[in-house]
Amino acid sequence: MDLTELQEIAEKERANFKPIRIRCCMAAGCLSSGSVAVKESLEKVTEETGLADKVEVCSVGCMGLCCQGPLVEVDNVEAQGLVTRIYEKVTSENAPSIIAGLDGGEVKVQTGDLQQPFFTKQFPIVLENSGKVDPERIESYIAADGYQALYHVLREMTPAEVVDAMTRSGLRGRGGAGYPTGVKWATVAKAKGDRKFVICNADEGDPGAFMDRSVLESDPHRVLEGMAIAAYAISANQGYIYIRAEYPIAINRLQIAIRQAQRLGLLGSKIFDSPFDFKIDIRIGAGAYVCGEETALMASIEGKRGTPRPRPPYPAESGLWGFPTLINNVETFANVPWIIRKGADVFASIGTEKSKGTKVFALAGKIKNTGLIEVPMGTTLRQIVEEMGGGVPDGGTAKAVQTGGPSGGCIPAVAFDTPVDYESLAQLGSIMGSGGMIVMDETTNMVDVARFFMEFCMDESCGKCIPCRVGTVQLYQLLTKIREGKASLADLELLEELCDMVKHTSLCGLGQSAPNPVFSTLHYFRDEYLANLSNDT
Amino acid sequence: MDSQTVNRKGQYTKSTPKQHPSGDKRFKILDATMKRHQYQQDALIEVLHKAQELFGYLENDLLYYIAHNLKLPPSRVYGVATFYHLFSLAPKGVHSCVVCTGTACYVKGAANLLATVEKCAKIHAGETTPDGKLSLLTARCLGACGIAPAVVFDGTVCGHQTPELVTEKIEGWLKHGSD
Repeated sequence: MDLTELQEIAEKERANFKPIRIRCCMAAGCLSSGSVAVKESLEKVTEETGLADKVEVCSVGCMGLCCQGPLVEVDNVEAQGLVTRIYEKVTSENAPSIIAGLDGGEVKVQTGDLQQPFFTKQFPIVLENSGKVDPERIESYIAADGYQALYHVLREMTPAEVVDAMTRSGLRGRGGAGYPTGVKWATVAKAKGDRKFVICNADEGDPGAFMDRSVLESDPHRVLEGMAIAAYAISANQGYIYIRAEYPIAINRLQIAIRQAQRLGLLGSKIFDSPFDFKIDIRIGAGAYVCGEETALMASIEGKRGTPRPRPPYPAESGLWGFPTLINNVETFANVPWIIRKGADVFASIGTEKSKGTKVFALAGKIKNTGLIEVPMGTTLRQIVEEMGGGVPDGGTAKAVQTGGPSGGCIPAVAFDTPVDYESLAQLGSIMGSGGMIVMDETTNMVDVARFFMEFCMDESCGKCIPCRVGTVQLYQLLTKIREGKASLADLELLEELCDMVKHTSLCGLGQSAPNPVFSTLHYFRDEYLANLSNDT
Repeated sequence: MDSQTVNRKGQYTKSTPKQHPSGDKRFKILDATMKRHQYQQDALIEVLHKAQELFGYLENDLLYYIAHNLKLPPSRVYGVATFYHLFSLAPKGVHSCVVCTGTACYVKGAANLLATVEKCAKIHAGETTPDGKLSLLTARCLGACGIAPAVVFDGTVCGHQTPELVTEKIEGWLKHGSD
């Protein structure tokens, strides 16, 4: 495979594009609302009406507005140029109406507004191809300039130049902690070892977060390309994708993608006729939240119980089987091809001073437009929740936004004007986390929320260190006592003291951040705790 | 093969993997999986996934068999099997109902859905009805937050669930177990 062959595949694919493209969302949300039947009936009607030579019906990934699924987008060249329409809550009965509408006929299907802020305020980098390319066909990705970044890197850049580009881009880890990606790559590149590994962390365990699932279901090749570029930069020859078993569709599409890339020689040995070999294997998790922590994840890949170990040594020096290992999140890798293609400086020009680029957020909870969005860093929470998300349905008001899952916190409505980046969210007592945003309205009791997350951490504690194993249980019982109205002011003090202890003495991120939801709700919604206390004291 | 027949000494000295004496064809498939992974101990989780897929759950005999073939101490295999939530050491019901209790579903009333199923089937989360018709489980998050609250009935994800919808489905199953 060389550049000419790659371009030939792309051109052949583009030449096959028909004037009218009907794209059906085939990501998990729409699939469970019946998008397969929709696609089949659209194909059937196209065939029956004899339009097959100018209309193509294709499967694509997530279009973002999951709450209105199944979604169907139609690209049609009309008098005023290319027009795209989006149809919502489509059923198979709607197919004839949609096809009839291609010639200007009336369409009796709920039509979405592509000019609403939910779509217009987005800045797609990671989701660039999401909802546009067919995730199960490599040709479709290649036609969207796929694997060109890998070619450029392998043939025209030295590993040091790649690391330098990452550093200049200012990309930071999208898994939650926000560690500068360039620094991490440089450390692993410098580390000495007979073998090195690249791991993609797709163990997206935070409840309410589904960005990684969507990226893998919609554009799996992008992640593979990002991993291959990383492997070249640090001179690794083996990669692993650790993905949770709860995402069967994503696993399946990754397997297809790896097979296709191997067949075309874009993974395997002598990629693009360079001396670089790289192989990727999938490792499927078995339902343990703690395996999202990097040392626990590596233990799980080694076939052991997923318990973390103290750091240092960091995985960059001693990781998988003791070899230097680079671990990045799905979204981090998905940014890499774009950065190489468009340039590190272009990427660095987006976002805020310390947080560059964009971030994908999963909007869920009491919000009108639930789904997936990608916005530049520095967008305010108000813009995200009220403009893009459309606010709370049925005229309610948003009380707080929960970010960062069980390790994060609740941000109250008064702080909605904060621009979102790593530092600002940390200042508010929460974290960026992987990108889940759950909106809560007036009906949500904040003590309940804290108790919900504590129950989560209690169940998911691996049991290795005592502060986390025992502390979370005690905290959960205290929160239950408060919720049942049996607690006194002394219990509240004990709660705070114990939170502090668990935070500072736990071994890994799970325990250290388990008290965060309690801290933030105590800080912003103390009155709700006080209202729940027993009156006897 | 029960636990007593495992030759603990032979476990570490024999070089050829031992075949299961029951002649159950599913063991052949499991053997093939282990062979594909070259009996590497690192592949334990993959092998357990396959075993659970074939047998439905991991009984002690099966765990011993895997331990023996991968030359691992049974304690290590048992330790891994009990650590991960997805591995089940007890038989499951004919039907399964998984209520997602992720944050988005929680905010939209998953607790109420779960209570409804528990009341309807008279079992708690994580249990199976005495007649073996239904297993009730909870999931941390299915990532289907856009259609919250979500429930998985026999592997099919159903969004926008209400207590009425769930009751109808569960009662249908419990009345006619063969559906």
